[in-house]
Amino acid sequence: MSDLEAAVAAGVLGADEAHRALLQATVEVARAIFRAKAASVFLLDEETDELVFEAVAGEGEGELIGMRFPAGNGMAGWVLTTRQPLVVDDLHSDTRWSRSQAESTGYVPKSMMSVPLLVEERALGVLSVLDRSTEVRLTLSEVDLLGLFANQAAIALDLLQRARRAREALAGEGRLAPLAKIAARLEEGERETAFELLQVLEKLLRQTG
Amino acid sequence: MIRAVSVVPHESYSEDEELPAWSLPADAVGRIRVPGTLPEEVTREWAWGGSTGAGVRVCILDSGIELDHPLVGQVERSVAVLRDEEGELHVSDDGEGDLCGHGTACAGVVRSLAPDVELTSVRVLGEGYTGGGEIMLRGLAWAIEEGFQVVNMSLSTTRTKYVERLHELADHAYFRRVLLVASAHNMPVESFPWRFASVISVGSHEEPDPLTFYYNPTPPVEFFGRGLDLDVAWLGGGTLRCTGNSFATPHIAGICALILAKHPGLTPFQLKSVLHQTASNAGGGQ
Repeated sequence: MSDLEAAVAAGVLGADEAHRALLQATVEVARAIFRAKAASVFLLDEETDELVFEAVAGEGEGELIGMRFPAGNGMAGWVLTTRQPLVVDDLHSDTRWSRSQAESTGYVPKSMMSVPLLVEERALGVLSVLDRSTEVRLTLSEVDLLGLFANQAAIALDLLQRARRAREALAGEGRLAPLAKIAARLEEGERETAFELLQVLEKLLRQTG
Repeated sequence: MIRAVSVVPHESYSEDEELPAWSLPADAVGRIRVPGTLPEEVTREWAWGGSTGAGVRVCILDSGIELDHPLVGQVERSVAVLRDEEGELHVSDDGEGDLCGHGTACAGVVRSLAPDVELTSVRVLGEGYTGGGEIMLRGLAWAIEEGFQVVNMSLSTTRTKYVERLHELADHAYFRRVLLVASAHNMPVESFPWRFASVISVGSHEEPDPLTFYYNPTPPVEFFGRGLDLDVAWLGGGTLRCTGNSFATPHIAGICALILAKHPGLTPFQLKSVLHQTASNAGGGQ
């Protein structure tokens, strides 16, 4: 899908927030299903090789969004690189990890379920569920369930990234910004005519290209 | 590329005798006599009874191994795949230990089953996310060239651009008698190398016995090992309770090491047959 098509399909403005809400809903349901203290989604920033808190439900909600840490080490990094889900309990006994976790997020969980967020062949990030209820004994079905949730979160994250890329292309100095400005100034009826014009231009490009 | 001659001659052949590669002339038949290795009934007692894994070299391709961990014991060698300033990948001796804890966990599982194996760590994680696939391929190629009998791979890639090279490496390992034991995915995605028929792929079962394992009659996942609620070695000399196919995999790798210590001449396909015959759902646990 081209950036312009993505922008149009996503409704451009406001889509970012809608997709963020979808991602937030996913972590909230994941947290509720596992009766966990927190659930979060990390997005991989490939340019800086960092993982970024993108959605948080429960502990840390409202504080951690945007916080970054290196993707190359630690458990979330391992899950991302190896594409393998990982469930770890008794985390307190890993003092090195606990200390760094406490320094960065202020919250040290006892247990963590982490699963990579995969769309087609790309790994977009990691879904983590912290301190799930201990009343329900862990079985492999829970791990499979987490995998299904990861699939849903991955789709939401993918949509969010597409909308962001589209918005960046249309905003400020983005290469499609002039088009966005023209489209914004036109009345609704005229906008349709403008899109038709674009379609004709695209057809022309295809024929010459 | 794969060479046209048998690269690992059977111990019954002399080193300097050239073996047929692409066709078999009538006068060469006598030169490829194969000793009958598997008995009529393959039992666990025959397969690994009395074995401690002594003499078998196992490679852990992972996040490194913590040195001096009481549950891991001696690590023969630790190397890492590192990128130099020009972006070239090199395999160098490594003093970083384990950057995550996971490789230590896998090493500890293998050690718990096969106490006398020689463990080597190949660290392929920790150099940043980008280029992770290239690093994994380089580490695997090194492990195959080094001729480890068993390589534990509790990792996979979803990048299709690596599939062809990974497939070639997996087949190369298979013919060199380097057994790749790889974690399967329990998520609805395509990933590799566990899907290849030339490796031993491992998923999890829920039972607590480390020697219980199952053959799956409906692959691609071929075997299930212990993967739920395990106390595994972790950073700082301690343990953590973990769940995942990543930990089922070194169980099967450890059992393979036990078998290979007792029957060093087995090829990967013979070893897979032994695993099949001794699986808990094939009467192997009796």
